[in-house]
Amino acid sequence: MSAAEPIVDNPDENPAGSAGYGHVVPANVDLSHGGILYLDDITVSFDGFRALNKLTLDIGVGELRCVIGPNGAGKTTMMDVITGKTRPDSGTAFFGQTMDLTRMSEPDIAHAGIGRKFQRPTVFENHTVFENLELAMKMDKGVRATLMAKLKGEQVDAIGATLALIRLEEQAWRPAGLLSHGQKQWLEIGMLLMQEPRLLLLDEPVAGMTDAETERTGELLNELRGKHSLMVVEHDMDFVAGIAEGGIVTVLHEGSVLAQGTMDEVQADERVIEVYLGR
Amino acid sequence: MGFAAPPRPSLFPPAVWTGVLAGTAILALLPILNLTFADGSALHISSFTIALLGKFMCFAIAALALDLVWGYTGILSLGHGLFFALGGYAHGMYLMRAIGRDGVYQSDLPDFMVFLDWKAYPWYWSFTEHFWYCMLLVVLVPGILAFVFGFFAFRSRIKGVYFSIITQALTFAAMLLFFRNNTGFGGNNGFTDFKRILGFTITAPQTKAVLYLVTLATLLGALLLARSITQSKLGRVLTGIRDSESRLMFVGYDPLWFKLFVWTLSAVLCGIAGALYVPQVGIINPSEMSPANSIEMVIWVATGGRGTLIGPIVGAGVVNGMKTWFTSVLPQYWLFVLGAIFVLVTLFLPQGIAGLVRKLWARRTAPRAVADPAAGGVS
Repeated sequence: MSAAEPIVDNPDENPAGSAGYGHVVPANVDLSHGGILYLDDITVSFDGFRALNKLTLDIGVGELRCVIGPNGAGKTTMMDVITGKTRPDSGTAFFGQTMDLTRMSEPDIAHAGIGRKFQRPTVFENHTVFENLELAMKMDKGVRATLMAKLKGEQVDAIGATLALIRLEEQAWRPAGLLSHGQKQWLEIGMLLMQEPRLLLLDEPVAGMTDAETERTGELLNELRGKHSLMVVEHDMDFVAGIAEGGIVTVLHEGSVLAQGTMDEVQADERVIEVYLGR
Repeated sequence: MGFAAPPRPSLFPPAVWTGVLAGTAILALLPILNLTFADGSALHISSFTIALLGKFMCFAIAALALDLVWGYTGILSLGHGLFFALGGYAHGMYLMRAIGRDGVYQSDLPDFMVFLDWKAYPWYWSFTEHFWYCMLLVVLVPGILAFVFGFFAFRSRIKGVYFSIITQALTFAAMLLFFRNNTGFGGNNGFTDFKRILGFTITAPQTKAVLYLVTLATLLGALLLARSITQSKLGRVLTGIRDSESRLMFVGYDPLWFKLFVWTLSAVLCGIAGALYVPQVGIINPSEMSPANSIEMVIWVATGGRGTLIGPIVGAGVVNGMKTWFTSVLPQYWLFVLGAIFVLVTLFLPQGIAGLVRKLWARRTAPRAVADPAAGGVS
C-alpha cells in the first residue's frame, strides 16, 4: 500500500538523480533551524486503544536524547511512526524542515537517513558479520547496482573501521547467527552506522545484556554523541542515568510526554515517581 | 586500516567445478554413444535413455528456476508449471506451423482448427511460423505474465502461504482456459504430431541428439547464471529477504524490485525449460498446468535441497527417475510414493540430498567436532 505512493518527496533535493529503481537519496536534510526531528500532535490508535495520544517531541541536531517510559507508554509505536511502519491517525512528523515522514515509505525513510535498531536484535543470521555490514553500507541499493556491486578498497576499510568500533573484528567471517546476544546488538548498531544515518533510533539497546556488555554499549553510544543525532529508548533508568550526561531526557506515559528535562529534574518529578514507583 | 579484503571464492570451489564439468562431459557423451554405436553394442545408449535424460534436464532447469525464488528468496510458488507450459506452448505454436500440410487433414491449419471448422489462424498466431519470433514468445510470455502478476502481488505485500495459494489458483485458471477448444490452443489435446523443427525431422536420432545437447548447454548456462547471481551481493539481498524482509527494508532495500527481478527471471528460465521439453516429448497439453505438476516441482527442489543449486538438479533427476520406474512397474502406487518422499524428506532431510552430502563431506574432511562454518558455503 505504502509502496505505491510517490517515492520522491523532494525532487529538488536530489541532484544525484534517481539511481536504480526509484532509490532516491535526498542529498540534504534541511537542518536550518537546528532540529532534526519534529513530532507534532501525533495520535495513533489500534482498535480504539490510543497507543500515542497527541505526542509532541523535537530532537536537535547532534543530540543524544533518552526517551524512557514504562511498558505500554508508546515508545515502540513512536519509533514505528518515525520509520514509516505505522501511519499516524493525525499529527505530523517532519525530518528536518521539509521531509514529511508520514508520506514516505520505509525504505525511503531509511535512505533519507533515519536508522533504527530494533528491540530484539535482528541481523541476517545466515550471513557473516562482514556481509551484514556490507549489505547495510550506504550505496545505491537498486537491483542493477546491487547485482554488479564489487567492494572497493575504501569500502572494505569503512567496514573494517566499523568492525573495530563495535569490537567484532575477530568475528568478521562468522555467521551472525553464532554471535552472542550482546554481539548481535552491536552488530546491529554497526549496520546502522554503515548507513551513515543522520538520526539513529535505538530501541532498548541494552535489553538482555550482561553488565559488561551494558557498560561497553554505554561507551559505544558516547563515542557516537555529537557525530550523530541519537534517540535512545529504554526503560532501564540506571542505564539512562549513566549515558544521559546532562542531556535532555523525555518521559513518555500513556502515549504522550509526561515530563522532559535533565535526568536530575526528571527523577525529581512527582508524576514520574508515581508512574515508575507508584501503583 | 589494515583490514584484510574479503576472501571471495571463485564461482565454485575446485571440487565442485570438477564435479560439474565431469557431469556435463558424461551427459554430453551419451548422445554421441547413441549415434555412433549400433543397437546391441555394449557401448550403445538407447534412444529411450536419451529421450528420458533430455526430459529430466528440462525438469532440472525448471527446478533450478523454482529454487531461485523458493530456496534463496523464500517465495514458495505452487504455480511454476504455468510458466513451464507457456514456454512449451509458445514453442509448440512454431512446431504446429512447421507441420505444414502434412497433418491428417492436409490443411494449412493445424488439425484441431480444421476439426473446429476454423477458416484462418486467430490473430495471436500471427508470425508464429517464424522460429525466432516463437523463441521471443518463449521468453516474453512467461516473463511479462510473471512481471505483472509479481508486481501486484509483491506490491500488496502478499507473502507466504497466501502467495503460494494465489500462484496455484493462477495455474489452475490457466489450465481451465487452455482446456477450452475456443481458446485456440488445441483444447485438451494440446499440440502434438510435430513433424520437423527448422527443417529437420523431429523424430530423427540426430535431431534428438542436438535437442538433448542444447538442453544440456542451457542447463549448464542456467546453473552458472544462478550461481553468479546467488554469489553476488544481490544474492545476499535475496537471502536477506528470505531470512528477514523487514530488516532488509530498514537497511534501505526495497524488496519489491528484488523479488520481481528474481521472480521474473525464474519464470523466464522455467519457460525456456518448457520450450526445450516440448520438441523432445512431442506433446504439450493443458495437463502441464495442473496444480499437481507445480507441486511436483516443489518436491524435486525439496528432495534435492533448496537453497543449493546442484541439489534441485539432482532432485529433479532422482524423483523423476523413481517416477519413471514406479509408473512402469507399480503405476497405481506412484502418488503414494511421491507423498512419502515429501514427508520423509521434510522430516529427515530438511536440507535435502545436498544437505546430506554436505554433512557427510564435512564429517569426512573435518573429523573434529567443530566444523569450520566457512566450509559450509552454499554449493
